Amino acid sequence: MIRLHPTALSLLSFAAALVLWQAIVTVGHVAPYLVPGPLAIFLAFWSDAPGLLRALLATLSVTFAALTTAMILGVLLAAAMSASRWARAAIEPWAVILQVTPVVAVAPLIIVWIGDPFSAMVVCATVVAFFPVFSNTAAGLAATPQDLLDLFRLNGATSRQEVVLLRLPAAIPYFLAGLRVSGGLALVGAVVAEFVTGAGGVASGLAFRILESGYRLQTARMFAALALLSAAGLAINAALGLLSRRVLGRFA
Amino acid sequence: MRLTGVCKQFPGGTLALDDISLTIEDRDFLVLLGPSGCGKSTLLRLIAGLEPPTSGSIDWTGRPPAPGEIGYVFQDATLMPWATALQNVALPLRLRAAPDAEARARAALAQVGLADFAHARPKTLSGGMRMRVSIARALVSRPRLLLMDEPFAALDEFTRHRLQDECLSLAASLGCTTIFVTHSLYEAAYLASRVVLMSPRPGRIARELPGAAPTDRTRTGAEFNARVAVLSEAVQALHLPSDVSS
Repeated sequence: MIRLHPTALSLLSFAAALVLWQAIVTVGHVAPYLVPGPLAIFLAFWSDAPGLLRALLATLSVTFAALTTAMILGVLLAAAMSASRWARAAIEPWAVILQVTPVVAVAPLIIVWIGDPFSAMVVCATVVAFFPVFSNTAAGLAATPQDLLDLFRLNGATSRQEVVLLRLPAAIPYFLAGLRVSGGLALVGAVVAEFVTGAGGVASGLAFRILESGYRLQTARMFAALALLSAAGLAINAALGLLSRRVLGRFA
Repeated sequence: MRLTGVCKQFPGGTLALDDISLTIEDRDFLVLLGPSGCGKSTLLRLIAGLEPPTSGSIDWTGRPPAPGEIGYVFQDATLMPWATALQNVALPLRLRAAPDAEARARAALAQVGLADFAHARPKTLSGGMRMRVSIARALVSRPRLLLMDEPFAALDEFTRHRLQDECLSLAASLGCTTIFVTHSLYEAAYLASRVVLMSPRPGRIARELPGAAPTDRTRTGAEFNARVAVLSEAVQALHLPSDVSS
């Protein structure tokens, strides 16, 4: 019996799906503006590779700007909440409101308020990406082992030492789990923001390319942009997964 | 150190400790013996100053212990998983910015036989080794008072015996007073210079019994067996309900 590595099996199933897809499209003479085959999608990508990659770059820059902002804000606010009950009471409801309000509904308002399209998109994506990293970090800061807290207290630790030497390092595994979820959401947020702003021009991202291709019935190009988005999402997820495995080896 | 009429009531209304009065002499090796739920650990936390008593007082002859003068060993090793054995042991010194933290931590690790594991992370150590690191951390600041909360309950018999011996000799060489919580009669009979037997719900002192002489540290022989027998009788006399565990 042939033994296969799980990764090889995943790749094989993916390749098989592509072949099957192409076969159905070719044999069934499916109209390419309805469902283009993988070959047509690849050709559409190839014919406009620089444009689509520039669009990918634009989307990724919004994504990373948003993820960085969400991470910094999330950690700072979670730390403030863990430091004081007053801060917790003041911050928590806003965080929940922010989380439960659909960003699509808020985005037009953000765009009206912030003239610059890039900044507006970053703000929208930050709103989407903020909650997981914030709430996980807050949970991690609250879950510090009681025995270790007692030990710090017995040795006369200052509250600053307690936060820096104990609460923050103990929260790192939680923070990383939250960051991974936020990474995926930042991309989702960036795409939603692009749809809502509909910003065209040189600096426009993949979502705008999808819209644009849709209007022109360039379905293969829509799929190509979509495939790039999926690939970007997978890469972000894998990179953050690798980061957390590396760091978790040290912290857990 | 003297405890007078110490009571502890938890917010839910449970009376954990009721009228505990106890005098602890310098260099005592006092064992608090009792079934689960008798408030032994709570009493230890009160003595450490981690929680205030609801009523009663804890008085120190001379000045009360300064930060670092109480060494505390928990039931689990409770090491910081991100720090090496050495960093974990040095922590109490580092928190007070004490000089020579690293050298003293190395010496403490050597005392518990882990000199070669200074840079090991806790997860790479066995349960017994982790507990040794935890003991080294409690001893590194040369405490006047060493509080141990069922430290060896989770270890296998062989490791437990070795650590009991080491614990006795370390406490003796430091000249510190030790309060050791356990629910094992054998551990009490072997370690204690004095045994305080507690009864549960609410936690009360049932009896005080003499322990072993410092020169008489064996786990066999008539005297040890006699001490175990006395403790067993005292425990039976508590008339514990059969469903203590529930």
